[in-house]
Amino acid sequence: MTNETLLGVDDLTIAFGPLTALDHVSLSVQKGERLALLGHNGAGKSTLFRAILGFLFLNTGTIRIADAAPGSERARRAVSYLPEAVAFPKALTGSEVITYFARLKGEPPRKALELLETVGIADASKRRVGTYSKGMRQRLGLAQALIGRPDLLLLDEPTSGLDPISRGEFYDLVDRVARQGAAVLLSSHSLTEVEAKTDRVAILSKGRLVAEGRLADLAGAAALPIKVRVRAKGADADALHAKIGGRRLNGRLVELDCGTGDKMAVLSRLAALGDVVADIEIETPRLDDVYRHYSKPPAPGDAA
Amino acid sequence: MKSLSRIAAVANTETRLASRNRWVLLATLILVLFALALAFLGAGPAGSRGASALTLTAASLATLSVYLIPLIALLLSYETIAGEIERNTLPLVLATPVRRSEILIGKFLGHIAVLSVATVVGYGIAGAAVTLVHGFDPGGALAWTRLIVTGILLGAVFVAIGILVSASTPRVGTAAALLVGIWLLLVVLYDLALLAGLIVDDGGMFTKTIFPLLVVANPGDAFRLFNLAALEASAPVAGTDGLARSLPFPPALALAALAGWLVVMLSAGLARFRRLRP
Repeated sequence: MTNETLLGVDDLTIAFGPLTALDHVSLSVQKGERLALLGHNGAGKSTLFRAILGFLFLNTGTIRIADAAPGSERARRAVSYLPEAVAFPKALTGSEVITYFARLKGEPPRKALELLETVGIADASKRRVGTYSKGMRQRLGLAQALIGRPDLLLLDEPTSGLDPISRGEFYDLVDRVARQGAAVLLSSHSLTEVEAKTDRVAILSKGRLVAEGRLADLAGAAALPIKVRVRAKGADADALHAKIGGRRLNGRLVELDCGTGDKMAVLSRLAALGDVVADIEIETPRLDDVYRHYSKPPAPGDAA
Repeated sequence: MKSLSRIAAVANTETRLASRNRWVLLATLILVLFALALAFLGAGPAGSRGASALTLTAASLATLSVYLIPLIALLLSYETIAGEIERNTLPLVLATPVRRSEILIGKFLGHIAVLSVATVVGYGIAGAAVTLVHGFDPGGALAWTRLIVTGILLGAVFVAIGILVSASTPRVGTAAALLVGIWLLLVVLYDLALLAGLIVDDGGMFTKTIFPLLVVANPGDAFRLFNLAALEASAPVAGTDGLARSLPFPPALALAALAGWLVVMLSAGLARFRRLRP
């Protein structure tokens, strides 16, 4: 483990009775890096966070945070956490919440209060949290997590329920923190959301780490086919299907799969058919397809 | 030093929340209203037999406090940890360098501060009103002071019980239901059971040796026993005749019993809280 590795999870298994929540998971996050943890509800994302915070018993494996054991004093100084769906006491004001957490973390409250400016809710600092919108509460949560310049930022579904604009601003803030040298581990259940916002993604499915790497590499490795939909002239899909094969979708449409390499060959073959074809639609794989590809359990006989 | 500052931060936040949620005001109002009602509406001070109105009201207030102070203490504390679990703020707090013992002590001190303000202000106002109407006497003033100080100790025991229950269930609703049960059991049913024992036993072995120990073993009864015995030492008060003399132990043992409850309940609460996995 190098000095630059702020979080190292190695062969981690966590079981709650008969249920295995995490199954031999290994991953690491370096200084200044943003890793997105993806998975459906119940995939083990929150369990991983709780394990990193030292709340859980590890059945196998180790976790190191800035070279300290999870839950140790040193690890807790290095880590900041924003749980999913956190609700600060409604009767406290934004600045009171920040002052409270600054004291718990042993940081000067005056400096911590400047973070309300950073996250853009300084105007509302004297208002009670009960009057905040969901986006403002999430910003307050992030401000709390940024107190004392943490080395490792753990954000559990920080943008769920936010509108697209707030979400974009949230990621801009995370980006800024990462550029200042913090390692960020954040979870999400949408791959589309974290595209271009993170350096690497790790996909959890039923407690297993099924894919990890840069998004472009994952998409390439998945080698998902491009779909070509051909519309038959005169509602004669059968005739078309007989000529080009593929799947007959309905009375007018036939769908073909083709790899990235032979897209042009397929298209020129279709063009040569002339009158039989009315229209062609090309659908490249979307991020959600990549995600679905990795999250689904491998079918029997499936090469992937 | 850091530890103290974190305890102070937790205690500070608890008192702030209690005052924002009107708990301080409500608790003070309840205590002042009941104390005034006892002092001026009851027959207590009117039929004095040598004791001052201040002393006599202190005697009836000792009995009333056994019901009110535990109830207020439990209401202040029952959601202190279960509420944080429900709001999902507990993992956030536990992720910071604060120790669990510091959180628990901070919360305890915060609730005690609220309870102390309510008791001192509530009983203080009532005591001042009685003094204004019926006149001052040093013995009575001492009785009120004793009542307030031991009342806070009684409250502390029940705050500790409240914290223990709050750390034992992740649901605020369950904690509330448990606390109503505990209050009924310790404050109401326990006394009824003792009374039944006395009637059945009719002055026998139970009444002479076991009963006093059972009284002192209950925090509410220990509080009442100490206050009435102390009152009796200074002035004769109706209903307590010969109480102090018939006890097989010094009344100070009752205070020791209260302190014992406090230590045991706080330790149990801390043990529960340490085992909690957010």
